[in-house]
Amino acid sequence: MDAPSQTEIQTVYSRPVSLSNTPTHYCPGCTHGIAHRLIAEVLDEMDIREKTIGVAPVGCSVFAYNYFDFDWVEAAHGRAPAMATGMKRVLPDRFIFTYQGDGDLASIGMSEIMHVAGRGENITVIFINNAIYGMTGGQMAPTTLPGQKTTSSPHGRDVETMGYPLHMAEVLSTMEGAGYVVRRSLHDPKNIRLAKKAIRTAFETQKRGLGFSMVELLSTCSTNWGMTPQESLVWLQDYMIPVYPLQDFKVTSGLDGLKV
Amino acid sequence: MAKEFLEGNFAMAEAAVRAGVEAYFGYPITPQTEILEWMSHRMPELKRAFLQAESEVAAINMVYGAACTGARAMSSSSSPGVSLMMEGLSYIAGTEVPMVLIDVVRGGPGLGNIAPSQGDYNQLVHGGGHGDYRSIVLAPASVQEAIDLTVLAFDLAEKYRNICIVMADGSIGQMMEPAELPEMRPLRTNTPDWAVDGCLNRPQRILTSILIDPTLEEIYNHKILDTWYRIQANEIRYKEYYLDDAEFVVIGFGTAGRIALTAIRNARAEGIKVGLFRPISVSPFPFPQLEELVKTTQGFLVTEMNTGQMLDDVRMAVKGQVPIEFYARVGGIVPYPDEILGEIRRLVHGPKSPDGDPRQRWMQRLKDGVITLS
Amino acid sequence: MPVKGWIEVNEIFCKGCELCVTECPQHVMALDMIMLTPKGYHPVTLVKDGCTGCGICAIVCPEAALAVFREVPIKTTKIPVSNP
Repeated sequence: MDAPSQTEIQTVYSRPVSLSNTPTHYCPGCTHGIAHRLIAEVLDEMDIREKTIGVAPVGCSVFAYNYFDFDWVEAAHGRAPAMATGMKRVLPDRFIFTYQGDGDLASIGMSEIMHVAGRGENITVIFINNAIYGMTGGQMAPTTLPGQKTTSSPHGRDVETMGYPLHMAEVLSTMEGAGYVVRRSLHDPKNIRLAKKAIRTAFETQKRGLGFSMVELLSTCSTNWGMTPQESLVWLQDYMIPVYPLQDFKVTSGLDGLKV
Repeated sequence: MAKEFLEGNFAMAEAAVRAGVEAYFGYPITPQTEILEWMSHRMPELKRAFLQAESEVAAINMVYGAACTGARAMSSSSSPGVSLMMEGLSYIAGTEVPMVLIDVVRGGPGLGNIAPSQGDYNQLVHGGGHGDYRSIVLAPASVQEAIDLTVLAFDLAEKYRNICIVMADGSIGQMMEPAELPEMRPLRTNTPDWAVDGCLNRPQRILTSILIDPTLEEIYNHKILDTWYRIQANEIRYKEYYLDDAEFVVIGFGTAGRIALTAIRNARAEGIKVGLFRPISVSPFPFPQLEELVKTTQGFLVTEMNTGQMLDDVRMAVKGQVPIEFYARVGGIVPYPDEILGEIRRLVHGPKSPDGDPRQRWMQRLKDGVITLS
Repeated sequence: MPVKGWIEVNEIFCKGCELCVTECPQHVMALDMIMLTPKGYHPVTLVKDGCTGCGICAIVCPEAALAVFREVPIKTTKIPVSNP
């Protein structure tokens, strides 16, 4: 005769420790929140919260430091990689990462990001690519798609006068100093899981001193795209992924055998 | 330590090393590149941080990052490069972290030239970066002074959590003179309680210059203004020569003041009772001392290597009570002592008035051919 | 016995964005249109039985507002007992 089976309660998911208890100011459904959460989960799992310093950008995530429970500094627009360099050079054993949007990284900060990758600076960059400038109200970004309407390209991005979108992961991966440069997306659970693994790998790259690491995360901006959060996830999948393929562009051999 | 024959740029760089600088980030620009080059050799030798950044914009932000961790951090540049640093300086001031900058000043505006000038006075003393902040600005007139002021700069920066700038004319950076370097100081062993270096065993710290709530921003501005008044009360520095019985006073800083000293000695030999007031801290500016001098002076001659930037501060101190004359060489030209001697004679013997614009009178004399430029 | 799961929604964080509602494989989540959070959003809630505690809602939640739990049988191993 079978005894009645015992059960136990498992916690499948709980709020990461590395997040603070401050509600965010991001729009409902904004994928910034997912990116923040993934970073916090990775720092919890690697147990490096107390050794990590974040460098906040100028953009919607200018107050990112309010949402995490570890040390942060605020950089000028585009200068986060330079600030991170200064910090890593005096504190080489800390985990230094920047969190930057497409204006911060690919427009005003183009010189700084190219040179940290070129120098192979042992920092990690989380690049939030949502093809638009969120904080300032929806202007064209270097990553805006051809034909995409924004407040500063009201008739759609005209490649003749405004150029083509910039593919930062591809470009930075060509640098010898780059150790891990990949592009992922945050538009569905499967891709979010893959994004988390990439973020973990990026921090492992820094831990092993293997050079510059960057995870470009395709993200949504439902408010400035003029859609619901669900519609924006679909738009990302249908329109952004063909232009910005999800791939590993540089994976240094020092990461061989790493299981995340 | 013994006196050695030292180049100004090298001396300032090595003085910073001896003062315990932990991180140097810079970019080549004439006439201060020797600082970068010496640091590129010396800092790694001492296992301290050195990096030639991709631009002055990047360099100042690297300094910002390092300074946020509590490290003694510095950069050096020259006028056009310092212009690029203005954003970073404003951010550093908005975060109240200490840092030291050496500006070796060249002819301008714009690309200008690589010859010496004093054209950055306004940029450094009266702002340059946006917002209400004030930097301590020290103006050496010799290689020895450049050494001493560079060491002092780090102490002042940390004492007040303020930016401290050594404003050396291009000539000071490039000249070679006998001077003495200080002993090597040990590096700091503790971390300031505001520094961001990883929250091990403590709550998180955030260093930012954004205060989105205007109420808080106003409070911050009041706070750093209070700090500025403490700096004003304690850190004015200047040197006086032959002022005890002086009837006329020449005011000049850096190279201009030094050249004026030779002219003054020659004037004294002619029986003219003239002295020199040489500000060493141009920010905080020695207003109290000048206001005191007004009482015993019949006339001032302000001499600079710019078109009258310190002149306006002097005019503020003098408040029209006493005549002021002005003489300048600009664009990278360094005056000769006999030019200044001629101006001293004119001040002493010529007609004087406390009214009118000294700068315009000087310009008129140039146009009239009263002054011929060598 | 099927795995029984449930969620806890932290009202301070939930913004009613409905990403979890769309992604829930069991379709057991919806916004509570009567309740309002302190920030004025309608928070999400379980509206049916059937949550398996898969955690996909928590994976997509931008606010880390969800905690997910499940009750699982403790695995017992059969120990062979030899007959005396």
